[in-house]
Amino acid sequence: MRLEPVANPTLLRQLGLPALALAATVLVAMGLALLAGANPFAVLGQILTGALGSRLAVLETLNRATPLIFTGLAVAVAFRAKLWNIGAEAQLYAGAIIAVLLGTGALGAPFVLPVSAAVALLAGAMLLLVPVLLKVRLGVDEVVTTLLLNFIMALFVSYLLEGPLKDPMGMGWPKSPALTPDARLPRIVDGLRLHWGFGIALIAAVIVWVVQTRTTLGFEMRAVGSNIRAARFAGMPVNAVLVKTALLSGGLAALAGWSEVAGAKGHLSLDLSPGFGYTGIIVAMLALLHPLGVVVTALFVAGVFVGADAMSRSAGVPTYIADMLLAVALLFMVLGIALTKVRVVRG
Amino acid sequence: MSPTKTEAEIVLRLDQITKRFGKLVANDAISLTLHRGEVLALLGENGAGKTTLMNILFGHYLADAGSVTAFGQPLPAGQPKAALAAGIGMVHQHFTLADQLTVLENITLGTESLWSFGRGRATALAKVQALSRDFGLAVDPHARIADLSVGERQRVEILKALYREARILILDEPTAVLTPQEAEALFQTLRLATARGLSVIFISHKLHEVMGHSDTCVVLRHGCVVGQVATRDTDRHALAAMMVGAEMAEATVAPGVPGPVRLSLRNVRAGPLREVTLDLRGGTITGLAGVSGNGQAALADLIGGGLLPEAGVMLVDGTALPKWSPRAAIAAGVGRIPEDRHKTGTVADFTLAENAVLETYATRFARAGFVDWAAVRRHTETLIAGYDVRCPGPEARIRLLSGGNMQKLILGRVMEEAPGILIANQPVRGLDVGAIAYVHGRLVAARDAGAAVLLISEDLDEVMGLSDVIHVISEGRLSPAFARGALTQGELGLWMAGHGFGQGLTDAA
Repeated sequence: MRLEPVANPTLLRQLGLPALALAATVLVAMGLALLAGANPFAVLGQILTGALGSRLAVLETLNRATPLIFTGLAVAVAFRAKLWNIGAEAQLYAGAIIAVLLGTGALGAPFVLPVSAAVALLAGAMLLLVPVLLKVRLGVDEVVTTLLLNFIMALFVSYLLEGPLKDPMGMGWPKSPALTPDARLPRIVDGLRLHWGFGIALIAAVIVWVVQTRTTLGFEMRAVGSNIRAARFAGMPVNAVLVKTALLSGGLAALAGWSEVAGAKGHLSLDLSPGFGYTGIIVAMLALLHPLGVVVTALFVAGVFVGADAMSRSAGVPTYIADMLLAVALLFMVLGIALTKVRVVRG
Repeated sequence: MSPTKTEAEIVLRLDQITKRFGKLVANDAISLTLHRGEVLALLGENGAGKTTLMNILFGHYLADAGSVTAFGQPLPAGQPKAALAAGIGMVHQHFTLADQLTVLENITLGTESLWSFGRGRATALAKVQALSRDFGLAVDPHARIADLSVGERQRVEILKALYREARILILDEPTAVLTPQEAEALFQTLRLATARGLSVIFISHKLHEVMGHSDTCVVLRHGCVVGQVATRDTDRHALAAMMVGAEMAEATVAPGVPGPVRLSLRNVRAGPLREVTLDLRGGTITGLAGVSGNGQAALADLIGGGLLPEAGVMLVDGTALPKWSPRAAIAAGVGRIPEDRHKTGTVADFTLAENAVLETYATRFARAGFVDWAAVRRHTETLIAGYDVRCPGPEARIRLLSGGNMQKLILGRVMEEAPGILIANQPVRGLDVGAIAYVHGRLVAARDAGAAVLLISEDLDEVMGLSDVIHVISEGRLSPAFARGALTQGELGLWMAGHGFGQGLTDAA
């Protein structure tokens, strides 16, 4: 068995293999359910109805997708320029901290939301600026620095919530005081539990798409990511492009934390993010780093999580199945995409 | 050499080999036979199917149809090991040696079983030394590969094949990286090999080598054998005509009209360059001859903005520029045709349109930070039409293009900016005869339009044929300027090998 490159993959190959990957994922999921002692078809049905079965379920999926769109975009932007930002989790918490600092009475009605959003963006950008400067100046691997910043940030948030930002009325729980009503993101439609963070995420996706396809900066980002030697030879300011990419990526990830605090939760706690920053990597990879694709895959991933939660409650299968499902989906998808470019030859 | 070649034993037979890649038929029912003691030259334009054929023979690709027979035994398809075991040795264009190991270690690598490791070293050494002597392949068995010249490395590759008892040697463009003297030594080795009953296939673009050193020529075009002739019954023109399918007149280039000095270097040190002094005049093609890896890349980088001078003076149109970078160079009117069009000249995943504006997107095609893609598209269509780029259209990925068409797009990208200084680094490497003539024509046209052209090439014929002035580069040193025709090929070859520099420098001083 050998691999041979396929020069021009057919449309069937390009669409069929990812579809096959999805089918394989479902099969594995059913096998996992069987292992857990449940009826696989029932489990699958419950995941589906849990994610999409009611208005409430759909809204929950959309809410859950919101931070994933932001972190997915953050990763997609960075990875497109081959800047390996693994630190979306830390940048997310930077945005969340800003939302609390500025949203608990420091600023009043018309200013608090735009100002805190802008400052959050800046905070996330600054947090990624340090690793990227170390990368372009000293050649320090950004995978290591951004990854480690996640742990530093987690401990820093833990310190804040046990100290300066601890809610005095919180009965000892490590959580921040609640944001003032002015600092909360309003709902998109009255009475429906979906906040404007989702709308902003969609707008952000469109903006990122426009930047990547229409602007000189986007052209430079894609060129640096595809062939840094050619970009440098053509006279592109490669280091400046990487820095700008980092600012955009870090800012987007910070908006995830900002919108979770200002929109969904209303306060900061240690469980604000169940790994949205890391899941953003899966979201971006499944979307093949396409900004609009990120919206679709974020909805898919959120649906799997929300559906698995609901299924777990009624079928008694652990929610870890959602993590496994996503991991399996990613593996199959990566394999499927790779196989669109090569074919297996017997011999 | 002996008239009884055709009666000699047939050692290798390719029978009706066919290979398709999608719609492209890379090899269309190719048959050829190689006799004992024969040197067979495989000729053809790029994309004619030579490499595909050799890859099938060596088991890297599976043929869709056809068979290979070596020494009377059918060769199982798709198994490089079987080809090795049958006595077929391949010397690739890009060497496959481990830099940190010695010559002897490289040669014996993979031939010793795990159990006997460390033993048999003396035997191996004796065998390598004997082969070295018998085939005229002088190389120190204990030297590290990293310390060897390109020519020596090639000798190691050949020794490696001989050590494994190869009876058939296949060499893929073996002289592309050699000085004329080294190439002559290589052909001496091949003569010794055939005298001992080995058989040789060598792939080449260079007609004079084929004429001088082969017994049989097989010409491929578009995946088919268009001719198999005994070398003594043919000539260069007939072969060239077979390769391109038409009679080609050998171009003669009229001398240029020298203009003012556009760029001058005075005792510049940068990277491997040592005290380089050079003037590039308008209306002049300055040829830079030399074996690859002697500082050509650094010189091209220096003028192209990718490398800063560490010492000395660089003047563009008589002024020293305060900032030097690729962008500054482009702004100063330096056009750059890079050595490696795949790795530095283009972004493979980008469309033709995107590649066409890699250098000018920000200056000519942007408004308020947005790229005017409609204008880019129109510009690209102009380039495609003006420079005869054969492609599906501006939105096609450039990786789908052949090397020649890719180079034409780069040429168009550079020429459209009407550069005052043009650096053409290996502009025709790997191109077919038709594309070579086209690129050369464009370079001469740029010169006649007043540009100062620096032509960097390892092909001495190309340098001598096009240049008004020639410099030779060796180990980072630049020879004095020689007027066209002042030195013979042999004399230039001596300079390329590093002779004459000490004297040359004192002369210049």
